[in-house]
Amino acid sequence: MLNLKCPNCEITADETDLHCDGQAHIERFGTGASDDDLETYLFMRHNPKGVHFERWRHVFGCGKWFNVARCTVTLEVFGTYSAQSLVPPKSLINKIKKKRPEWEGFVK
Amino acid sequence: MFSVTGLNGASSNGSIKVKDAGLTGMITLRGDLKSPVIAKVIKIVTGTNIPDQRQCVSTSKGATAWMSPDELLVMVDYESVDATIAKMEKSLLGVHSLIVNVSDARAVFELTGGSIRDVISKGSPADMSSKILPVGEVRRTRIAQLAVAFWFTSDTTARLVCFRSVAGYVMDWLENASEKGSEVGFH
Repeated sequence: MLNLKCPNCEITADETDLHCDGQAHIERFGTGASDDDLETYLFMRHNPKGVHFERWRHVFGCGKWFNVARCTVTLEVFGTYSAQSLVPPKSLINKIKKKRPEWEGFVK
Repeated sequence: MFSVTGLNGASSNGSIKVKDAGLTGMITLRGDLKSPVIAKVIKIVTGTNIPDQRQCVSTSKGATAWMSPDELLVMVDYESVDATIAKMEKSLLGVHSLIVNVSDARAVFELTGGSIRDVISKGSPADMSSKILPVGEVRRTRIAQLAVAFWFTSDTTARLVCFRSVAGYVMDWLENASEKGSEVGFH
């Protein structure tokens, strides 16, 4: 069971108060994009064994979105941060690198 | 016009008292909570300041609860809701905001007793310790599968708000969870 701190209302909420919406930081392609770009945007997702960045919504609470960095193997939560970020904050990346030296780093 | 609450005066008397809080005027206000114009409007209609994150503040005139970074729940007398909304809309003309009367879309419970924290814990993932949820702090979470919001008005009294359509279910749930002989004695 995950306990995530929502950065919008600063409540540490149980997983059942939240809803996960998959990979974070997906680059969007719309009208006029190439078939390859559109396919990547719509269907291609990371499925890492280890560090993963996800979008979550505090659905039973404040209703706002936020991003989470966690490990898919151990369920360790590295941190949560604003959904209004194009890439994870540097401090969080450094924190993960320290804990998981073998991690290849953030890939979009 | 004749109005009734979703609970129609229901009550139960187990390890805690559960009671229909009666007709309550509730207005959802969405907007930039840092805006001085919104602060002024709130001051006029409820007499309170903009509550800090997750707080519920009240005066004799009304109460204001923080619901999310851009949402407040304004509580006033049921009879004065329309007039209050008219006042708010006039003051917020041209200010990016949303004002909705939700009085008849919600049910409000009044909980009384020493074991409210234990009773709610039976079906909610919220940390109910008085350290995490002190008097005056609003918690939006779930009870069973239903979205609810509640806050303590004193050590032994609390208010709980849910959607009107599930009021009967929440009443049954609270009655069952507070059945005599089922006390937990944890909090």
